[in-house]
Amino acid sequence: MGENKRLQAGVTRRRFLRDSLWGTCLAGLGVLTGFVVGKHRKTNTLWQIDPYTCIACGNCATYCVLDESAVKCMHAFSVCGYCRICFGFFGPEPVDITEGAENQVCPTGAIKRTFVEEPYYEYIIDEKLCNGCGKCVKGCNAFGNGSLFLQVRHDRCLNCNECSIAAACPSGAWKRVPAERPYLLKPALSPSAALRVNSAEGMAAHPPQAEHGAGNHA
Amino acid sequence: MRRCPYIIVCVTVLLGLVSPANVARASSPWFTARPVLSTVEGMAVPPTEANKRFPPPEFESGYVQPSPTTPAPRQDIYQYIDALVLLAALGISAYLVLKRRSRSAIFALAVFSLLYFGFARMGCVCSVGAIQNIVLSIFDRSYAVPIVVLAFFLLPLIFTLFFGRVFCAGVCPLGAIQDLVLVRPVRVPNWLEGALRLFAYVYLGAAILFAATGSAFIICRYDPFVSFFRLSGNWNILTLGGSVLLVSVFVGRPYCRFVCPYGVILRQLSRISRWNVTIAPGRQDPAIVMTGLTGGPDECIQCRLCEDSCPFGAIREPTADWTGRDYSIGKKRLALLMVLLPVLALSVGWAGSRLKNVTARMHATVRLAERVYLEDAGKAEGTTNASLAFRATGKPTEQLYAEASNIRAKFTLGGWFFGGFVGLIAGLKLIGLSRRVGRTDYEADRASCLACGRCFEYCPKEHAKRKGIEN
Repeated sequence: MGENKRLQAGVTRRRFLRDSLWGTCLAGLGVLTGFVVGKHRKTNTLWQIDPYTCIACGNCATYCVLDESAVKCMHAFSVCGYCRICFGFFGPEPVDITEGAENQVCPTGAIKRTFVEEPYYEYIIDEKLCNGCGKCVKGCNAFGNGSLFLQVRHDRCLNCNECSIAAACPSGAWKRVPAERPYLLKPALSPSAALRVNSAEGMAAHPPQAEHGAGNHA
Repeated sequence: MRRCPYIIVCVTVLLGLVSPANVARASSPWFTARPVLSTVEGMAVPPTEANKRFPPPEFESGYVQPSPTTPAPRQDIYQYIDALVLLAALGISAYLVLKRRSRSAIFALAVFSLLYFGFARMGCVCSVGAIQNIVLSIFDRSYAVPIVVLAFFLLPLIFTLFFGRVFCAGVCPLGAIQDLVLVRPVRVPNWLEGALRLFAYVYLGAAILFAATGSAFIICRYDPFVSFFRLSGNWNILTLGGSVLLVSVFVGRPYCRFVCPYGVILRQLSRISRWNVTIAPGRQDPAIVMTGLTGGPDECIQCRLCEDSCPFGAIREPTADWTGRDYSIGKKRLALLMVLLPVLALSVGWAGSRLKNVTARMHATVRLAERVYLEDAGKAEGTTNASLAFRATGKPTEQLYAEASNIRAKFTLGGWFFGGFVGLIAGLKLIGLSRRVGRTDYEADRASCLACGRCFEYCPKEHAKRKGIEN
């Protein structure tokens, strides 16, 4: 029973335990990988706003980690009614129906209004000026066709692991969408569908199958 | 009454104005619409398909409708390149730490990582934050982790199992930015170091709890340096980051030692790594390490030159032998702590579960349910954007309350695990302190050593070896 022998035996036992633990850890990482890869859908995800859930609260303009938000207003021209008095363009109490800054709802003057033909006007968003505040979206949703809506512009978005805007979104409109379908656009409204909606007085219609991504909101 | 403005619109539309388009297009009924308009400010309107009030025009002037642009995201290929760069950086770091043993080379690698993973890639996604994605994917069946995020999580762990904390040494941009500003290191007393480190375990536990319940990614939310990498961010986080950097001038890498939840995992893996940093050269030869033999020409000569070289307090001194009396006291203390361990874990676990009403508020649904309840009970004035948005969906409040209590139940269970984990770690820490550690040399602590390579220069054996190579 030499001290040396006992010590050596102890060292061997300890090394055996350590090696088993090491192997277990490696195997554990392997199992974890297997589990996670098993669920893998071969795609990266990106952040996007569901325009049908968005309430245009204005958080997108202020909560983005970028000084100039990655969220901008988009215009679905095929949904637009080309109204002469656009409630996405004019403020609540415009002095006059002209393009004067005092009449506009947009704080940065990012919407360009041009005459097309009687009685239609075209509205184009100047993306460089848009700050994603959603004031126009609110007006258009309230009184117009809802053709103005907020979207994450993926040339600007950093795709943060936790999106600061998503964390501050009051309506849960932010979701992760698969990278190959990065936008949730408003589909074009066919004239007949518009008439149908109108004749039903437009209050109880169900939304058509929009491109609701399979993404999940964390 | 909440739908009031909406109803006014409908009534306006119904009253006499046969085509709703007239409301907007003709200027004559302008004054009719005017009082309605003034209610736009501050209300949240649910956008439904019903909003499509005006048929799309049929143009006669040959006007061509523009189509909205949809700029493409950053291509996936770049993400795979990121993962490859990570793999390469880890490999180089392992080589520099264990074979080349060059502090300046490790430093250069750290600067590269700071520039690439930090400023170029803007710090996202990082290995530290990836913990949460992995946890979320385990607990949420609908969430799948992108393969690159998985790579960022796994690669450093595997490398640590083989080579020790080489990720911390030269690859992690969060570590690099702190290492860069460390000019006047002060020594943190051991007792304080151990106590502060407990925070990292609490942080890890909380991050897992909130990720598993789908509430928040707190590691990302409170990342102190990522705003520097992005060169933008809100003032709170910039102030936090600035303060941590200021502390880093005097206390070596405080985030890594006392906060980093990934570092906590790496610590444990590094304890059992195949190879690890040695202060004296020579023993990193795997053949010698594997046999477990000590001794040899490159052994520590106990000159004590390296004693104060480590700014992270990771160098352990040789221990004195315990006397018989020390042993008997130590044994009793150890037995007591072993008995105390389950008690500690259970009691802290109980406390954690009792915190459910507080912790559950991290989840948006719970916050919303509480707000809606307060409003309905007349205990809160006005509305919030969230409660307005909820009411606009027409979902019954009972359903919301049921969802919220479901989530609270998850937090009760999660709180048990969270508290139990924290109690267990605290208990194990106490046990670790009362264990006799036999050490004959000055050694780098396998868990705490960040493999920065500062101590190499201090070892006279290292100088002898380099001279030998030169000759």
